[in-house]
Amino acid sequence: MYAFDIERPASVADAVAALGAEDAQALGGGQTLIPTLKQRLAAPSRLVSLSGVTEMQGVASEAGNIRIGGATTHATVASQVGGTYPALADLAANIGDPAVRNRGTIGGSLANNDPAACYPAAALGSGATIITNKRQIAADDYFQGMFTTALEEGEIITAVSFPVPEKANYQKFVQPASRFALVGVFVAKYSDGVRVAVTGASNEGVHRWSAAEDALSAIFAADAIAGLSVAADDLISDLHGSADYRAHLVKVMTGRAVKAAS
Amino acid sequence: MPKDTGIGAATKRREDVRFLTGRGQYTDDIQTQGECAAVFARSTVANGKIKSIDTSAAAAMPGVLAILTGEDFAEVGGNPAGWLINSRDGTPMHEPKRPVLAHGKVRHVGDAYAAVIAETVQQARDAVEAIEADIEELPAIVDMKDALAADHYVHDEIGTNQCFDWGWIEDNRAATDEAIKNAHHVTTLELVNNRLVPNAMEPRCSIGHYNPGTDEYILHTTSQNPHLTRLLISAFVMGIPENKLTVIAPDVGGGFGSKIYHYGEEALVLAAAKKLGRTVKWTADRTEAFLTDAHGRDHVTKIELAMDEEGNFLAFRTETMANVGAYLSNFSTATPTFLHGTLMAGNYTVPLVYVNVKAVFTNTAPVDAYRGAGRPEATYSLERVIDKAAREIGMDPIELRRKNFVKPDQYPFASAAGLEYDSGNYDALMDQMEKVADKAAFEARRKESEAKGLLRGFGVNAYIEACGIAPSNLVGVLGSRVGLYDAATVRVNATGNLSVMVGAHSHGQGHETVFPQVVGEMLGIDPQSIDIVHGDTSKIPFGMGTYGSRSLAVCGSAVVRATEKIINKAKKIAAHMLEASDADIELKDGVFSVAGTDKSVSFGEVALKAYIPHNFPLEDIEPGLEETAFYDPANFTYPSGAYCCEVEVDPETGKVRVDRMTAVDDFGNVINPMVVTGQVHGGLGQGIGQALVENTTYDENGQLLSASYMDYTMPRADDLPFYIVDHSKGNPCTHNPLGVKGCGEAGAIGSPPTVVNAVIDALQSGGKNVTHIDMPMTPHRVWSAMNNA
Ligand SMILES: Cc1cc2nc3c(=O)[nH]c(=O)nc-3n(C[C@H](O)[C@H](O)[C@H](O)COP(=O)(O)OP(=O)(O)OC[C@H]3O[C@@H](n4cnc5c(N)ncnc54)[C@H](O)[C@@H]3O)c2cc1C
Repeated sequence: MYAFDIERPASVADAVAALGAEDAQALGGGQTLIPTLKQRLAAPSRLVSLSGVTEMQGVASEAGNIRIGGATTHATVASQVGGTYPALADLAANIGDPAVRNRGTIGGSLANNDPAACYPAAALGSGATIITNKRQIAADDYFQGMFTTALEEGEIITAVSFPVPEKANYQKFVQPASRFALVGVFVAKYSDGVRVAVTGASNEGVHRWSAAEDALSAIFAADAIAGLSVAADDLISDLHGSADYRAHLVKVMTGRAVKAAS
Repeated sequence: MPKDTGIGAATKRREDVRFLTGRGQYTDDIQTQGECAAVFARSTVANGKIKSIDTSAAAAMPGVLAILTGEDFAEVGGNPAGWLINSRDGTPMHEPKRPVLAHGKVRHVGDAYAAVIAETVQQARDAVEAIEADIEELPAIVDMKDALAADHYVHDEIGTNQCFDWGWIEDNRAATDEAIKNAHHVTTLELVNNRLVPNAMEPRCSIGHYNPGTDEYILHTTSQNPHLTRLLISAFVMGIPENKLTVIAPDVGGGFGSKIYHYGEEALVLAAAKKLGRTVKWTADRTEAFLTDAHGRDHVTKIELAMDEEGNFLAFRTETMANVGAYLSNFSTATPTFLHGTLMAGNYTVPLVYVNVKAVFTNTAPVDAYRGAGRPEATYSLERVIDKAAREIGMDPIELRRKNFVKPDQYPFASAAGLEYDSGNYDALMDQMEKVADKAAFEARRKESEAKGLLRGFGVNAYIEACGIAPSNLVGVLGSRVGLYDAATVRVNATGNLSVMVGAHSHGQGHETVFPQVVGEMLGIDPQSIDIVHGDTSKIPFGMGTYGSRSLAVCGSAVVRATEKIINKAKKIAAHMLEASDADIELKDGVFSVAGTDKSVSFGEVALKAYIPHNFPLEDIEPGLEETAFYDPANFTYPSGAYCCEVEVDPETGKVRVDRMTAVDDFGNVINPMVVTGQVHGGLGQGIGQALVENTTYDENGQLLSASYMDYTMPRADDLPFYIVDHSKGNPCTHNPLGVKGCGEAGAIGSPPTVVNAVIDALQSGGKNVTHIDMPMTPHRVWSAMNNA
């Protein structure tokens, strides 16, 4: 680690102001950022901790949506969202280990947009809205490739709003070492159609599988995708699995998510 | 009724009180006033020529005290290989120098070429980043086959990447070839024994201290064998007289082999401490552990089994390439040879065995003994090829093994690979395994799995290993440069409690609990009044430390011999006190009495007398009650076992789940069944880890792709089943006083082939024509194998 200063603002306004300093960086739960600093792979001059910003904490239901504060931990989502959006609570409950879930935040996860992370699949698969200190961004516009998002310098995610689906499920086939998703598929059925978001698989990061969405919007059953296949072209190939294997898993996990959706 | 004390009692581990309450004292916990920090500059390329190292900018940075490079150690000795292997043509192995810091060339990613000593770790790290090293990257030598064919070398001065080409037993070579040529059936299998990173929970750490007033050095270090480390530093590397160097290995958080060896960092902190007159500490971070701890296994093997019409084994022929990495670590030459080739007859009466091992230098981390060391490689090759053979000839895999087992009336049994097995009963172990694993109900369980859409397989394995390492006379003939005895001093204090100083080091094995059980039983006193002292060369006799499942069999035997001496002397003192003759004194339940009378003195009274020798027969007996014994075994010990495993394979994803794992082992006599069970559990976890998840991967440039827990998979609790562990069918070792065989490595030796055999069984039961999958059997590999079948 290199030396840095830390600030602990209590409001979004103060946080945004603090982030105006040169080389300042937001600190959520630190579950990605702190290991990066320890490895000396980043050298921010100042960290602005968001965990004390009360308006970014907690979960609220509002007219068919569930709104989660940007600094809300995975553990809170796991324990408080189960009644309204069980698939989302399950997803949060299976991120990392208890220490990670008690520190890591939804805002940090979406800002980081790791190509193997879980929350991006939920946000894209639900057609969520990413709410920042400046604007509201539709999930379809927000994710722009691995580790890349629509966020601008100094912009922070203050909340995420998820439309609650009729049914949904997330199937995560873990990469055995990190236990991030080797392939994760989030399927959500809404009255106006089905969304399928895939994480872990692609060099382009989280993305939708539109052929499956069409098929499942017509008939919401695992068999509906039987005739489909996933192209391996843009998929990740690494020591944990080839692109072909990932392509295969996308289909298997999609089928399982449809079967398990509730 | 089970005993609650002494031999055979499942006494809870006494050391756990401090470990579980955070009061362990590990090397990094030691803080000395005025200590400073060492951080190493390590190569980022696998093979490179060091053209220049400019340390001037770094030296000027805040807090920097000194910077050392390979140049500073050019005159110092190399870290030697402990075992000389001769090639088949009689020439000795190639033994390039392993310097404290790389000099001239860097030879693997992580190879240290400089060290900064600064007031704080942060300052040292900053300065390391400011060192300007001009290192010209050269093509990396990574794959062993390529290495043997290459015209450029890891060590230019030897002009080859082959360390040795060893044959065992060379005289049997022609006959083995002939037997294979003429056999009714030959089964051939090519396999990889995957490279493993040891991953001790505690990374390596060394603290050097020098006292200019006395010219004495102290090294605190994470070691499994402090005396061996001292000997290597004194006799080979730095020339510090042994009596001027104390090596202390305090609590050590796991070793699994990787902390047997002496590493350059230990010599460096001593040299720096002397140079600066300051205490110098280095603690590895996890990345350094991945890159520089000696790795394990890494064999590429072809094995053939020849059989007659009835399935009788006629010969095993093995050709292996063993990766030794960039430098020879201390036991790296023994592991693929005498700890591997000599086991290649397994539990079987096969008449002919021939093993050829080529050890190969590559631009990768050194490879050395890791839990099991050579025996897992042997067992894996044998038990996989036997399983394949059974399937080829359509015989039940258990039946084929039983048919060829050494039978109980054949001991001592001279194996075709040159060892003399002292005791065992492999059929009895197999019977017990079938019983406790409830094999009879396997088909019903298979049906249940099928109903869930899963393929269930049953895998079996019989292993034998040689441990209790090792008889010095034997290993001396085989090339060992050290003796492999151990030593103990039993000191009875005046007030009747005992301190027992032992050469073995305990870093998870439970010696502090188990050794007192032995001494307490012999003296008839409460083991709680006995404490073990280990790990400090200034306190303990010269012993060889802990590895090769040797602590109880070798060091425990020394404890027994020293305790016998105590009893003899105590009897003399008691005889004097009771005015009787020595021969009439009996010791029972901690009381010395004159046979046939009611005259007695307690052990405590005798101890006190020894130290307050009033009215003492000084002309016949010395005061004091302290004895030392060295014990050198007559033979290896030969634990054996029958293991089975049931897996469920998800045919859609290739994911394997181990559902049941049964280990029935013959460890001879068992001192503490709970500790033994714990040792087996640990070994099984590592063996299942090797079989299913652990994968050390270098890319073609010699970069370690699996250099963190994000990519290197350690088995976790939910990867492992509840184990059935049984050691009730022991046959005592015939040549050590406790009749014990050693249990530390068995689980890691027996389990990998068991798991692989089970997966193959599962896939074949599902109609897939898969005959082999290399470890680790990741979901991707299993899925690919199914799809290619
Ligand atoms: C052992 C381990 C296992 C894990 N397993 C999983 C897993 O299975 N699935 C998974 O999805 N993730 C996993 N993670 C990642 C975890 O979910 C992280 O918590 C998450 O990715 C980052 O969230 P954070 O709050 O910790 O962010 P931080 O690490 O604090 O920050 C990450 C990045 O986001 C920025 N940032 C943080 N908060 C905000 C905000 N509100 N607005 C804008 N930018 C912000 C930071 O500046 C930084 O660039 C794991 C992590 C660990 C250590």
